[in-house]
Amino acid sequence: MPADTTETSPVFKVADEKSISQSRDKLDAHTAEIVAWHFHPSTGSPFWLEYAEKLNFDPLKEVNCFDDLKKFPAFEDEWLRGGPVTRWIPKGFAGQPAYVFETGGTTGTPKSRVNLRDFRTDYEEFSETLPEEYFPKGANWLMLGPSGPRRLRLSIEHLAQHRGGICFCIDLDPRWVIKLIQKGWMEHLEAYKDHCIDQAITVLESGHDIRCMFTTPKLLEALAIALEKKGTTIREAGITGIFSGGTEFTPQWTRFAVEELLDGAFMTPTYGNTLMGLAASRPVIPEDGYTIAYYSPQPRAVIEVVDFDDTNSVVPYGGTGRVKLTTLTKETFVPGFLERDEGERERPYAHYPWDGISGVRPFSKLATATTVGVY
Amino acid sequence: MHLTAFRFGKPYESLERNKLVHFMTGEPVAEVSQVGGAIVSRDLRKADNARNALLKIDPEDIVERLQTAGNLYALGTVEVGGVKQSPDDFARQQSATTGLPESLCHANMKKNLFVLSNMDRMLDALSRGLSPEILWQGYGTEHRDVVVSYQCQSPVLGLVLPSNSPGVHTLWLPVIALGVGLLLKPGGQEPWTPYRMAAAMIEAGIPEEAIGLYPGATDVGAAILADSGRSMIFGSAKTVEQYRGNPAVQVHGPGFSKILLGDDCVDHWQDYIDVMAESIAANSGRGCINCSAIYASRHTDEIADALAERLGTQDVRPPDDPEATLAAFTIPGAAKAIWQQIESLLDKPGVRHATAPHGSRFVEGERCGWLRPTIVECDSPDPEIAHAEYMFPFCSVVKCTQEKMLERIGPTLVATAITNDSGFQQQLIHANHIDRLNFGPLPTIKLDWLQPHEGNIIDFLYRSRALQMAATTELVSTATAAPAQSGR
Repeated sequence: MPADTTETSPVFKVADEKSISQSRDKLDAHTAEIVAWHFHPSTGSPFWLEYAEKLNFDPLKEVNCFDDLKKFPAFEDEWLRGGPVTRWIPKGFAGQPAYVFETGGTTGTPKSRVNLRDFRTDYEEFSETLPEEYFPKGANWLMLGPSGPRRLRLSIEHLAQHRGGICFCIDLDPRWVIKLIQKGWMEHLEAYKDHCIDQAITVLESGHDIRCMFTTPKLLEALAIALEKKGTTIREAGITGIFSGGTEFTPQWTRFAVEELLDGAFMTPTYGNTLMGLAASRPVIPEDGYTIAYYSPQPRAVIEVVDFDDTNSVVPYGGTGRVKLTTLTKETFVPGFLERDEGERERPYAHYPWDGISGVRPFSKLATATTVGVY
Repeated sequence: MHLTAFRFGKPYESLERNKLVHFMTGEPVAEVSQVGGAIVSRDLRKADNARNALLKIDPEDIVERLQTAGNLYALGTVEVGGVKQSPDDFARQQSATTGLPESLCHANMKKNLFVLSNMDRMLDALSRGLSPEILWQGYGTEHRDVVVSYQCQSPVLGLVLPSNSPGVHTLWLPVIALGVGLLLKPGGQEPWTPYRMAAAMIEAGIPEEAIGLYPGATDVGAAILADSGRSMIFGSAKTVEQYRGNPAVQVHGPGFSKILLGDDCVDHWQDYIDVMAESIAANSGRGCINCSAIYASRHTDEIADALAERLGTQDVRPPDDPEATLAAFTIPGAAKAIWQQIESLLDKPGVRHATAPHGSRFVEGERCGWLRPTIVECDSPDPEIAHAEYMFPFCSVVKCTQEKMLERIGPTLVATAITNDSGFQQQLIHANHIDRLNFGPLPTIKLDWLQPHEGNIIDFLYRSRALQMAATTELVSTATAAPAQSGR
C-alpha cells in the first residue's frame, strides 16, 4: 500500500506515520501466522491443503507479509458454494461445535462460511468501539433485521450478552423480500415490512427497557415513521444507541436520519458481511459532509480499494476502486476476495491507523443485475 | 443550475445530486437534488396542510391564478433553480436532457397553456356542472335542488412522472383547481415541466404549501404509491399490471392506440393518410395516444407503402432545427437495443418491413441514438409485432376482417374508427377495451380536454356519498376546515 498519508484532513484526525507503520508490522506478522496455520499439514483445512498442492510456491515458506498474499491466484467466490462445508474447518479445530452462515441464496446455492467463534470475537472487538453514553453496559437490545441462515442474529445477541444485556429479536427473511420485489408484489412487500415493524413496536412498548438496537437503514426509517404516526419517536421509545448496517448507507440518508428520524438517538453505520466481520465507521459528522468511512477490523480482515482492472494495485487516496477483502483468522483464510462493492479509498484514521473506504455502493458493472438495499 | 427538492414550501438541498447533461455533447445542464422515500413518507403525514392552504382561497380565484400561471409558464420568465428561465431557455434545457426537438418542447408548452387557460371550462365539463364550492365544502345543493356530498379521497395527489413524454403533464394540471395538493416526483431526465410549472403556479399565487417536488430514485415512487391516498404513475405494461385493481393508484402505461378502418370506408383509404401519418408521428411518436396499429380488411399493403413513403424519409436533424421531428433515445445503447428487438420480429412469417426501401432506421450518435419512422405490414393480427408499441413513430398496418377487429385489437387507449356503419359503431361504443373513442377521421393524438382521459380525475379524487339533513338541522359553512384523511 502506498504510504503517502502525511496530509492532515481538516475534519478528522489522520493517523500518524508511527501508528500506521506499527499496524502494518502487526498485519505482516499476523498474515504469516495465519497462513502458517492454514497450510500446515497438522492444522490446515482440507480445502487449503489440497489447494496448496496446485500452487507454484510454498505458502509456508514464501508468505511472510501481507503483500506476499498477492502470490495467490484470485479467490473465486464460487468455491464458497455447496458442501461439504467441513472442508473449510482447519484440522486444528476438528471436533469443535461449528456454525454455518450463508450469504445470498435467493435463488440457487448460497455462499457459506463456517464459524466456530469468529463471529463472537468480531462483535466483541466491535463492542469496544461503541460509546458507553449511548450503548450503556447492561442495557437490553432489539435486533430488527435479517436472521435465519445469516450471521447477524447470533452476532447481535452475543454483542448484547457480551455487554451484559439481553437481546429481543424480530425475524426478517431478506430472500423473501427480494422475491417480492422481483415478482412486483409491492403490496405484499409493504405488508411484510409492516408485519416486522408492528412486532418491533410491540417489543419496544412492552416494558423490556430496551435502549440499544441493531437494524438496517430501511427498517430504521420505517420504524421511525411508524412511531411518529403514533405520536412518539425512536428516542422517546427508549432507544439511545443504534448500530445499523446490512445495506448501503449514503451521506444524504444519514443526514436525514440524524436531522429528522432519530430525535437525538446516536447511530453508528457499519459495513460488514459474512466473510469479513464488521467494519466500524469513523464519526459521521456534518462538518465531514456526513461522509461514511469504514475501517476493517485489522488484522483479522483487510479492506483494500483496488483498481478495477489491476486488482493487485490500490487506487490513490480519494480514488474510486473495487472492494478487495482479505480474511485472516485462524478459522477462515480468504485471500483477495473481490466484493460486489466499490467505493473511495480513505486515509488512515487516528483510531484505525490503516486504509478505510467511503461511499460504499454496489459495484457499478454488476449493479444493474443485482437487487440490493431492499430490507 | 441546482434544482432543489421542494418540501411543500421549503426548499431542500440534498447531499446527493443527479447531474443532467446534454444528450449530444455531454455538457452539464443542471444538478438535481435527490431525496429518499422516507422524506416523502414523513412529509405526507402533514399532507392535510396542502389542502387546507388551498381551501382558504375561493375556488374561482384558484382557477384565475392557474390561468395566470399558464401564461407565466408558457410566455413569461420565471425563476427556476435560482436562475431566471425564459420559455426559450426552458425548451433548450428540456430538449438537452430528454432528446426531444426544441420545436416539440414548445408545442407541449402550448398544450399545457391551453389546459390551464381553459381550466374553468374543463372543470365544468368534468364535474358535469357541479359548483366547485361543493368540493370545497364537501356538500351543497345542486341546481336540481338535490343535496349532494363529495368526500375528498386524499389531501394531495402523488405523481410518479415519466422522463420520456412532456405531453403527459396536462393530466395533473386540474388537480390544484380541485382543492387537492400536488406531490410530484419528476422524471429523472425531465424535471423541467414540474419545476417550471410549480414556479409559475407559486408566482401566480397558488400557496407553496400545496406543492411538493421530490426528485429521487425508485424508492421515492414506492413511498408515493404506498403513502398517498391517491397517486398516479406512468410506466410500462408491467407497471400497469402491478397496480391493476388498486383504487388508490391510477396507472398510465402504453396506449396501444389504433385507427380502425371500417369496410364501408377502407376503399377510400387515401383520404385518411394525413390523419394516419399525424397519429403515428406527432410528438415524435412518444405518446400513449400515438397510433401504433392500423386495422383494415384490405389495402393494407398500399396503406403501409403510402405511410412508408410519407414518414419513412424523415431524417434526424439537430434538436434546435425548427424542422426537427425525431427525438433521440438519450440512454446509451437504448435505440440500438430496441431496433435489434424490432429486427427479430420483422423476420417472422406474415410480416413485411415497408420502410426498408427508405434506408436504415437506426441512427447511431456519439452518446445517444435515434430510430426513424418505421411502418410494418402484417397479414393478420397474429404476429407479435402487430401488437407492439415503441417510443418513436412506429406503426403496424394489420389485415383483419371488420368482423374480427374488436376481438383482435386488444386494449386500446384511443381508437379512431373511420366508419359510418351503424352496427359497427354500436359495437365500438359498447367495447370495454377501448377507452377514448373517436368517430371519423380524427387523429388519435387530438384530445378534447373537456372529456375525461383514462377515467375522470374528479371521480378519482372525490367520492360521491349520501348526506341527509333533518329539516330542523342547519349545517354551518366550513369551507376552510380540515377535510380529508391523510394517506392510507
